[in-house]
Amino acid sequence: MSVAEKYIGAKQPSKPETIYMLRLADNALILGQRLSEMCGHGPEMELDMAMTNMSLDLIGQAKLLFEHILTLEDLAPNIDVLAMTRPLEQYTNCLLVAQPNVDFAHIMLRQYLFSTMQKLQYEALLESNDITLAAIAEKSLKEIAYHIRFAKSWVLRLGDGTEESRSRMVDALDCLWRFTGEMFAQDAGLMAMVKTGLTANFTLTYKNWRLEITHILSEAGDLSPPDTARMIMGGHQGRHDENLGHILTDMQFMQLSYPGLKW
Amino acid sequence: MYSTDLRTDKEKKSADQQILDDAELWNTFQARIDNGDTIEAKDAMPKKYRQTLIRQISQHAHSEIIGQLPEGNWVTRAPTLKRKLILLAKIQDEAGHGLYLYSAAETLGRSRDDMVADLLSGKAKYSTIFNYPTPSWADIGTIGWLVDGAAIVNQIPLCRCSYGPYARAMVRVCKEESFHQRQGYEIVTVLARGSAEQKAMAQDSLNRFWWPSLMMFGPSDGASTHSSQNMKWKIKRHSNDELRQRFIDATVPQAEFLGLTIPDPDLKWNEERSSYDHGDIDWDEFWAVIKDGGICGKDRIRARRAAAKDGIWVRAAAEAYAAKQSAKERVA
Repeated sequence: MSVAEKYIGAKQPSKPETIYMLRLADNALILGQRLSEMCGHGPEMELDMAMTNMSLDLIGQAKLLFEHILTLEDLAPNIDVLAMTRPLEQYTNCLLVAQPNVDFAHIMLRQYLFSTMQKLQYEALLESNDITLAAIAEKSLKEIAYHIRFAKSWVLRLGDGTEESRSRMVDALDCLWRFTGEMFAQDAGLMAMVKTGLTANFTLTYKNWRLEITHILSEAGDLSPPDTARMIMGGHQGRHDENLGHILTDMQFMQLSYPGLKW
Repeated sequence: MYSTDLRTDKEKKSADQQILDDAELWNTFQARIDNGDTIEAKDAMPKKYRQTLIRQISQHAHSEIIGQLPEGNWVTRAPTLKRKLILLAKIQDEAGHGLYLYSAAETLGRSRDDMVADLLSGKAKYSTIFNYPTPSWADIGTIGWLVDGAAIVNQIPLCRCSYGPYARAMVRVCKEESFHQRQGYEIVTVLARGSAEQKAMAQDSLNRFWWPSLMMFGPSDGASTHSSQNMKWKIKRHSNDELRQRFIDATVPQAEFLGLTIPDPDLKWNEERSSYDHGDIDWDEFWAVIKDGGICGKDRIRARRAAAKDGIWVRAAAEAYAAKQSAKERVA
């Protein structure tokens, strides 16, 4: 086997558990990567540090998940090959996490929408028949609580701040809301895992989630979810928009340029 | 690091004149310093002492904030998840140092906003080392090893600086810098023991960063009145050359251990001095980078200006929201 064959790409996961966990890992990895782009460029030094902090948490969560996945299925020689060398269509993160850092309103709304979903998604793992996964979820939930608190406080400030900040929030909602449906889709990958007891079905809480978000948005300068005719889906199945390829170009650069080396 | 005095002679003279403005205070103050007292924010102090510290501490803070950028250049491309996490945490530490130092400088009466405005306008300086580019991953290792290593040599004596808030800030900063230096050396160690291309990467990075790292200690101070004044006030405790020598003596064996070559053909061990002799430093290059920002200075400032501009509407929103909330509370 050539070095490239061994160290570039990963085997396609065949177990339903690892397929589902890769989705969780990719969500955390790609959002962490997105946030890390802001390192040194945040609109305020304290906000810069807060975004870096969330990035650290998310990439840390992804690392734990990738490590666990490799104990369940031999997909790659190490977590970095698994995380950083797959072809685009093998990443199964939701589309929301790859959306660009347009401005601080987009970044905070993206975080709020994702983290509130992630809380439900990880709470559904606490009773998992996979105790390692449950432990990862439990640890992550402490971090997620902070992410929600931080992002929510800024959704409120920006929505109910100035005319400019409100109009930026309106734009962010317009762009990002249409990706929220995918996070709660009851697709085959999730439902198979509900059956085996790996996870509870967190998508059943969608209505409550929507009520809570709608309530916070109304407090935030009377914002409301836009009238979205349909939700955009596909990330969990590896059908991505134009953003992910650019994220991967950066993230995969070293692993693809120097396959098999230790760093 | 980042305590190099970058003022012109004219600026130094004008500052010296101010000693005469408060001669009596100066004598009482000097007696306290000689007695080993720590000066605190509310204590009486000569204007020049205050100004020297504001300049030095804010310059140090600016360097931490600008220093995020050359390392941030590799965050999205770090080769492994572990390296990415360490790098993010390190840059977060640097940002924390910046905030901590701005706070220390604020105790002397200048606001962070004013200090940052000076940075963005180009009036305030920061360490020239951060105007050098980081084209290769090895530079992230080299920055930790050499740049943070030089910073530690500079900053350890500052832990005993006469100004309390600065000295205390330095104690914490030095602990973190020491960790940064070790992780940087570890990155370079892995490269030096890796493939031929990784070793070449490490050597190339050392070649580019060695001399600029030596320049971090500032020009030879000789017998300048400024330097001796700062020594008397226990702001500075060692000459630039003395600290530079300490850094070289500590670093050369580290390079040898890794099989890397220091890019100085004149470098040799001097038995008599029990120290390394080194080649001439290109001070024209140093002053040129101070003057024109070197390769990356314009990009660094542009990036910080863009961040500050992005902050305007965010701050305005936060203030408007806070005002609305407190109005609501008053009504309630």
